[in-house]
Amino acid sequence: MIEIQDLHKAYGDRKAVDGVSFAVEEGEIFGVLGPNGAGKTTTVECVAGLRVPDGGTVRVAGLDPVTRHEEVTRLLGVQLQQSELQPKLTVREALGLYASFHDRPADWRVLVERLGLEGQLGTRFGRLSGGQKQRLFVALALVGNPRAVVLDELTTGLDPRSRRETWALVEDIRAGGVTVLLVTHFMEEAQRLCDRIALIDRGRVTALDTPAGLIDRTAASRTVSFAADTPLDRADLLALPGTVDVETRDGRTSVTGTDETVDAFIHLLARRAVTARGLRVVEATLDDAYLDLTGADRS
Amino acid sequence: MTTTVTATRAVLRTEARLFSREPGSLFWVMLSPTVLLVILGLIPSFREPSADLGHRRVIDLYVAVSVLFALIMAGLQAMPPVLAGYRERGILRRMSTTPVRPAALLTAQLALHAVAALVSSLLAVTVGRLAFDVALPGNIAGYCLALLLATAVGLALGATVCAVSRTQKIATAVGSAVFFPTMFTAGVWVPVQAMPGTLREVVELTPYGAASRALDTAGSGAWPEWTTLGVMALWAAVLTGVAVRRFRWE
Repeated sequence: MIEIQDLHKAYGDRKAVDGVSFAVEEGEIFGVLGPNGAGKTTTVECVAGLRVPDGGTVRVAGLDPVTRHEEVTRLLGVQLQQSELQPKLTVREALGLYASFHDRPADWRVLVERLGLEGQLGTRFGRLSGGQKQRLFVALALVGNPRAVVLDELTTGLDPRSRRETWALVEDIRAGGVTVLLVTHFMEEAQRLCDRIALIDRGRVTALDTPAGLIDRTAASRTVSFAADTPLDRADLLALPGTVDVETRDGRTSVTGTDETVDAFIHLLARRAVTARGLRVVEATLDDAYLDLTGADRS
Repeated sequence: MTTTVTATRAVLRTEARLFSREPGSLFWVMLSPTVLLVILGLIPSFREPSADLGHRRVIDLYVAVSVLFALIMAGLQAMPPVLAGYRERGILRRMSTTPVRPAALLTAQLALHAVAALVSSLLAVTVGRLAFDVALPGNIAGYCLALLLATAVGLALGATVCAVSRTQKIATAVGSAVFFPTMFTAGVWVPVQAMPGTLREVVELTPYGAASRALDTAGSGAWPEWTTLGVMALWAAVLTGVAVRRFRWE
């Protein structure tokens, strides 16, 4: 649905995007994750045809978003950061206006209902809360019945409750058959919503996988913790395959490593006939994976 | 194609509605020129013919001044902050992601401010005639042509202010800085026709000075001089060129 190949874009001397490639398949929620200033927004601006790439190609349903901008705008709904509406425009007027831009617009009354904005139809944009504004933006991105939507930092600045509501909304969008390109710097959001994630750091894709795949990739994807009745030798634990850390605190020992470490540890317990009480295996979060994958070559 | 027409119309209708929600702009553009005219008209001596003005009354000259005042208010005071705000708030950017070009928004704003200024002008001329017995323009066609050219210059000047200003704040500040010289050259303080010879000749080379002369000539029944109309057309062309070249969409 959206293909990016070897995208380059510089502002003066600063390389914002330095060789980004990925492809978003029809019907998936694809996440672009990375720290601030990593080049996420520039990448999606190139997808939306707002910026002309210095190098590489961008295609939306096979079309170049710059040279065939109008056709692309009919296929792609876009919610970008720092794009507001006229402060005195009401919700109803905004929806009516944006619907009039399309040949076959969605029925905005249905959208309004789905987004819980029925009560705000007569409210001016300037008086909406942050969450209501975001929901209106989503409605505007969907009003043209697009095949794909770009949602850039949709939940930034929202309270946890509105954020969760927005997530449900994104899942709803996909359930309606629309491909979603989601830009975020919230791990939890990416982990919860995305089928696949491209991790972008300093203008490059540093990893591209499913959320679970990204977590598995880290050197410290699992932590097993326990309280053993007979103490285990620290050296034995460190010798387990893939172990990166062993720590004992308040009688509980934690071994951090990979899936393999956990397997080997269970074998070790069995061989030694050691009983481990309160055994817990904790999976790393995408947060840990993210720090691991973006921080590795920075330190 | 039909979508484009429908969409352009919808943009214009929406912007007209938004314009009507700005009481400040409405007052300054539509009413304040006539209010100025009425206040001056209430001063008895301004209703007396003056030998210095070729036996015309001050109030006779101030109808044209009020018309130019309306154009200045629309072009320099009201419009630049709106356009710069649309850019700064990302409203133009949002529109760039739809099938409609953001230029439709700018065009709608230009059209609305032009119409507002022209309605305001008509009001000033009408009140001048009814309240103070100021003769209607002797050469209607010439007057209309001069008025349209002056409107074009006024909006081009406002668009240029917006184009060279990065933010809404700067646009408002630049607009105000340009505002006073244009008020002077439009003859708000001293009617251009009452200025001393050399000053008057220089002022008549400025956009509003030329407009003042053209309106005055057409008002008294003659066809405005082609050189005066040429000065206005040249300013309109140059300023439009600068605005188009320098305008940044974000």
